Amino acid sequence: MNFIPSDKKHLNDWKRIIIPDDNELHKIDHYISCGGYRALEKALEMKPEEIIEEVKKSNLRGRGGACFPTGLKWSFMPKNSDKPKYLCVNGDESEPGTFKDRQIFEHNPHLLIEGTIIACYAMGVTSAYIYIRGEYNKWIMMLQKAIDDAYTKGFIGENILGKDFSTQITIHRGAGAYICGEESSLMNSIEGKRGYPRVKPPFPAQSGLWGCPTTINNAETISNVPLIINNGWEWYSKIGASRHPGPILIGVSGNINNPGVFEMPTGRPLLEIINEWAGGATANKKIKAVIPGGSSTMILRGDQLEGVCMDSESLKSAGSSVGTAGIIVMDEDTDLIDVITRITKFYYHESCGQCTPCREGTNWMFRILKRFQNYEACSEDIDLLLDIANNIEGNTVCALGDAAAWPVQSIIRNFRDEFEKRTKASELKEAGN
Amino acid sequence: MLTEENIKKVEELKKRYPTKEALILPVLWMIQKQEGYISEESMKYVASLLNIPVGQILGVVTFYTMLKRKKTGKNHIEVCTNVSCMLRGSAKIMEHLEKRLGIKAGETSPDQKWTLSEAECMGSCGTAPMLAVGDEYYENLTIEKVDQLIEKLK
Ligand SMILES: Cc1cc2nc3c(=O)[nH]c(=O)nc-3n(C[C@H](O)[C@H](O)[C@H](O)COP(=O)(O)O)c2cc1C
Ligand code: FES
Repeated sequence: MNFIPSDKKHLNDWKRIIIPDDNELHKIDHYISCGGYRALEKALEMKPEEIIEEVKKSNLRGRGGACFPTGLKWSFMPKNSDKPKYLCVNGDESEPGTFKDRQIFEHNPHLLIEGTIIACYAMGVTSAYIYIRGEYNKWIMMLQKAIDDAYTKGFIGENILGKDFSTQITIHRGAGAYICGEESSLMNSIEGKRGYPRVKPPFPAQSGLWGCPTTINNAETISNVPLIINNGWEWYSKIGASRHPGPILIGVSGNINNPGVFEMPTGRPLLEIINEWAGGATANKKIKAVIPGGSSTMILRGDQLEGVCMDSESLKSAGSSVGTAGIIVMDEDTDLIDVITRITKFYYHESCGQCTPCREGTNWMFRILKRFQNYEACSEDIDLLLDIANNIEGNTVCALGDAAAWPVQSIIRNFRDEFEKRTKASELKEAGN
Repeated sequence: MLTEENIKKVEELKKRYPTKEALILPVLWMIQKQEGYISEESMKYVASLLNIPVGQILGVVTFYTMLKRKKTGKNHIEVCTNVSCMLRGSAKIMEHLEKRLGIKAGETSPDQKWTLSEAECMGSCGTAPMLAVGDEYYENLTIEKVDQLIEKLK
């Protein structure tokens, strides 16, 4: 895996902090000798509400897709509760184009563990579950080893560091269902149910796992917490884009010379990331389209990228979003109809079937797109597709429906000509030419 | 039947969850690891072990793609065909495998040696194209690498 192109070290004028340049960090003694678990010590000297305040002021935003402010989310947890409180760390990582949390499990698992314990202390959580997709069994075992070591050292378990604070951490292995990355499905999955999303409200902070107050955060989000505690919110909030600050793990894949995960401050220009960090499009081809944040974010045209940066505000004004920061690059030879058909097949396959618009809509869109692929589409099919996507968006219990609708809506908006060309070609074929 | 070691693990896990239902998925994983798939028999066993109606166990098994109700071939090859892999030639990899193994995606060879399937994104998009055999990922694939792998697994 490429973390940084070796000939472009100048791009990293600040040192990597989520995944530092150190192959031994997964070993607990080494992690400790590098200053690890000092944030935990420091945190346990603070009041829980001081930690939440610190995270709030740091402006850390969730790395799981929605960029939700983490401190604010934590503050929704009731202070006094006669029920136990839970934390779910989301390592389901199933959004196509996303492969970043895996790097943390492998290269810096103790950072994630330390962040999890601090989060538990801040919210009064006594049991945390790290939910990891089933396919990542190798990485589950790596993280489990790190957790076992942290138990042995007394960082997890009873009376952590001799304080009146106890919490446990358990890995819960998923079993191949994209929907279980959605927070309420994830909770159902842990509870041993089918992974259907729940209707909100109630929100998890009121009624989550087993009806108890629960917070769900992405694994990368949680890994930022020790950095904030160690260095203070002011330091953190000045890294990268001010409204969406911090280090961020950005995946770049597709038609690109140097694919990989790159850690950098938020707010770097998309074109710099593609051309400098990731070595530019393969064979020097022109870039036709880019998906900036995993398959469910709105697709952008290659000629729309100038000035667009990898942070929530900039991508929003460009008509897309940061999502999981999984950039997918498509060169001029890409058949976008193949791309959107494959993406839609994914959402059709992964729809849990609970809501009619999503279950029927994804299937219907897929069938229409197949017609485009097979040169059997007519011109009305373009607006029919849009119409179906518009009817899915906002009409489902969870955001999987939106995730299926956005790529279709944006690809038609930005590349309508390709669809029109295809319907014309289809008509010619029909006429026997 | 779970091995003694796994029974111990289940006892440990009971301390981690407030309900026995939460153990369904971890126990099903243990069964699948032991036996390669989850039979009707096993589901009944899990139901009695956890004292949960068998219908509920079945409901969980059928929800998750990774839980298998049938034995697969000795080597289950799963090729990711999602978008990042597709852009880097997963179709050629699949085509080559179909030819080499003489089966189509979704099939098992008559000698029960191979099962070939199409998979969704497995979080290896930066090292695409990729395939998985069990827990093992094979990344940055080329036709030559696929051939070497088949020889090794044969
Ligand atoms: C269909 C669907 C799949 C999702 N998959 C993931 C996932 O794999 N990992 C993740 O962290 N969040 C995923 N999310 C977002 C979660 O619901 C949740 O917002 C997130 O884990 C919160 O963490 P954050 O606030 O730290 O970003 C998904 C959402 C939807 C609608
Ligand atoms: S698209 Fe194949 S691993 Fe992500």
